[in-house]
Amino acid sequence: MESVVLQIAARHMRPLLLVLSVIVLYRGHNEPGGGFIGGLMLGAAYILYAMAFGVKKTQKALYFNPVNLTAFGLLVAVISGIPAVLLGNEFLTGEWYTFFSQTFFEIKQGTPLIFDIGVYFAVAGMLMLVMFSIMEE
Amino acid sequence: MTTGLFLIVLLGVSIVAPFVRKYLKNAAGWVYAIWPFAGFLYYLSLLPEINQGNVITETHEWIPVIGLNFSFYVDGFSLLFSLLVLGIGTFIMVYADYYMKPYPMKGRFMGYLLLFMTAMQGIVVSGNLITMFVFWELTSISSYMLIGYYHEKPEARASALQALLITGFGGLALLGGFVLLAIPYGSYELSVILSNPDLIKNSNLYLPAFILIAIGAFTKSAQFPFHFWLPGAMTAPSPVSAFLHSATMVKAGVFLLARLNPIMGGTEIWSYTLTIFGVTTMFAGAWLSIHQVDLKRILAYTTVSALGTLVLLIGTGTEYAINAAIIFLLVHALYKGTLFMMAGNIEKKTGTRDINQLGGLFKYMPFAAIVMSLALVSMAGVPPMLGFLGKELIYEAAVAAPKAHVFILTLGFLTNVILVFLSLRLAIDIFWGKEPQYAKTPAEPSLALIIGPFFLVLASFVLGLFPSTMANPLTSSAITAISPGLDAIKLKLWHGFNLVLGLSALTLISGYFAFRNRKKLIPAVIQINLRYFRREFTRIFFHLVDKFLVLTKLQTKTLQHGYHRFYLMTIFAVASVLVWVMIWRADPIMLELNFSDMPLNLIAVVVLIIAASLSAVVSNSRVIALISMGVIGFGITIIFIAYSGVDLAITMIMVETLLVILAITVIYHLPKYQNFSSTGDRMRDALIATLVGSFFIVLVLQAGTTSLDAPISGFFKEASYTEAFGRNIVNVILVDFRALDTLGEITVISIAAIGIYAMIRLGKKTS
Repeated sequence: MESVVLQIAARHMRPLLLVLSVIVLYRGHNEPGGGFIGGLMLGAAYILYAMAFGVKKTQKALYFNPVNLTAFGLLVAVISGIPAVLLGNEFLTGEWYTFFSQTFFEIKQGTPLIFDIGVYFAVAGMLMLVMFSIMEE
Repeated sequence: MTTGLFLIVLLGVSIVAPFVRKYLKNAAGWVYAIWPFAGFLYYLSLLPEINQGNVITETHEWIPVIGLNFSFYVDGFSLLFSLLVLGIGTFIMVYADYYMKPYPMKGRFMGYLLLFMTAMQGIVVSGNLITMFVFWELTSISSYMLIGYYHEKPEARASALQALLITGFGGLALLGGFVLLAIPYGSYELSVILSNPDLIKNSNLYLPAFILIAIGAFTKSAQFPFHFWLPGAMTAPSPVSAFLHSATMVKAGVFLLARLNPIMGGTEIWSYTLTIFGVTTMFAGAWLSIHQVDLKRILAYTTVSALGTLVLLIGTGTEYAINAAIIFLLVHALYKGTLFMMAGNIEKKTGTRDINQLGGLFKYMPFAAIVMSLALVSMAGVPPMLGFLGKELIYEAAVAAPKAHVFILTLGFLTNVILVFLSLRLAIDIFWGKEPQYAKTPAEPSLALIIGPFFLVLASFVLGLFPSTMANPLTSSAITAISPGLDAIKLKLWHGFNLVLGLSALTLISGYFAFRNRKKLIPAVIQINLRYFRREFTRIFFHLVDKFLVLTKLQTKTLQHGYHRFYLMTIFAVASVLVWVMIWRADPIMLELNFSDMPLNLIAVVVLIIAASLSAVVSNSRVIALISMGVIGFGITIIFIAYSGVDLAITMIMVETLLVILAITVIYHLPKYQNFSSTGDRMRDALIATLVGSFFIVLVLQAGTTSLDAPISGFFKEASYTEAFGRNIVNVILVDFRALDTLGEITVISIAAIGIYAMIRLGKKTS
């Protein structure tokens, strides 16, 4: 399935999709988006790549093993729940912290974002894991 | 504090033991023995305080929400048992480490043995039923490891499994019994339960609780018809048998019955059940030991008999009976520990346990011969050993038993005659009788192997010789603990000439007579057994296990057949039928269909979706079906967007796209489309599909009209920004309000993904 059109498209689409998936992930808290959709996009970026170049090259380009990516995502999601426990709340309670307060860069962030990052990697990892193992044949 | 702390120390020692074994070399056994010995001294120092009638309690919170505690309760009975477990445990440790020298993995073995002791010690000092249950199960598990220690031998594995299955089954029953027992009290604490004995007796939970607890105790203490696992367990190394038979494991059931005697005892059902099972076990155990030739097997059957005696005595429950039970418990622990250790020594020195292959050993090991003979004297109940006092009291109890005393007395007498017979046979045939050819010249066992038996026999001797000064203080508070209101009888060697002494003498004479005629007696017994008792319980047990496995296989085959389509069919059919039943029983459905405010373009989309559905169902090509499904998916996406469900729409687009890619990658590998299903199959599928589809329609329509209690969506809408600082409610629900659910979901999909990955990998390897 060697297609020049697909290969060029995939090559240029991959960075775009990667950036887009991160944006979708980040803005998810206030506008449509989030870790699940972002993760699907991340997965889709590499699946497109795999369709154009084959699974082996994609895994090289991905650098991380999808299994590890999934596990990493789960780990991050679990870790995001721990600060709440340390602060005396229930596991996975959202804990918020304001950075650069009273300045122009004032930004409020909390553990739910870390949790969402975990979801992001777990979803992307499992998607690639399944798709790659099917496509590899 | 000390009781709990001591258990933790013992647990720590048993965990560390395997790893330090190689550094300790020959001193290992002595180092391990320090710990139980320290405990033994500690509990001995408590004796004066306990004898004044005090009870030492201790509570550590475990799960306070449901009232579960690790609590400990040390009264006279716990104390006596602790002394037995730790005292015998001390000698067992020394003995075991030396005994196991030639075998591999002795460090691990010692770890299990220490754990076994810890578990038993935990049972006897437990002050909470659940704490007790935890330790109870721990003895089952650690004994499984110990019985199956020679794991390369199939019979050792089978025996270990048999013991685990039977005691584990009993353990489950016991847990149920404990739960029922605790209901009237609202507490699992022993101190609460013991303080109000009549509550359970007057409750209608008494009978089920009693039955379940009795099953637990009877399986653990090898009562007929569960007795057969105990002789099987003698495949374990001798140190294990010595410990398991004397102070631990099998005594746990007796301990439990005695412990619960104040609250559950005294009823008709209690005394009848315990008496009947006890008497049967007592006699059956003794009878079955007559014709055995394996030294350890003979001893194992006499343990069965002794356990029966103990249960019988607890069931009888009179003053004499309870006194006899406590004394006999002590007697039996002391002589049985000695005998099993000596059996191990004899096997070690001569290479056999077959008593027909043994004889004339006195010449080679005179000291060992004297030690073992004295233990046998105690077993036979001859003065001045403690065994004599035990037997006297049993006869007293039997004579004074309120129910069926002639029956009990007769069987008790016969059992004791058999014990005398066995004692003579073991002592004389092994140490004096004709000497066979030994492969190597037997020698006196070394210090570590004989010290334990020696001290246990010594204890039995001293306690028997000075009963009122030595034995009475040990046992008196144990007796009052398990049977409040009864007094400890003043023990003495000489009772004067009475019926009981006459019975004792008659027992000895009959035993001797039987021994003289053993050449005729044993074949006769074998004849009777062959004619009437041909069924071996072990074989029946494994037959039942096999039958059970066949049943489970059948069940697995029916429920887990491996056909994906039937799984789906089952899920859909069950779910839709259940929901339909719910809908049917709910209020009549209000169908308010109002299409007037629906925009024209959406109507077009809906028509498209319907058309695509039809095309997917009737098409004969996979590609067309796939494209039709895609049309349905994107059509729904458009509807989502129209009603501003942007998140859902984006997700839907992603999923639909990926599904198409997935389908493309697999569609190559599929065979040509063919139609295998008959018309009947299709009708069935159509029926299920209609059921599912229609219930979804009804559900959606009803969801719009039915309002449950205050919808939660309002809360989410309000709290989303104020509490969780997010404007996207869908996402806030996912990552904040319901984060634990999401964590569960991503865990599940990860496991599923790894499963798919593994399955495909595996498929590749095999093909």
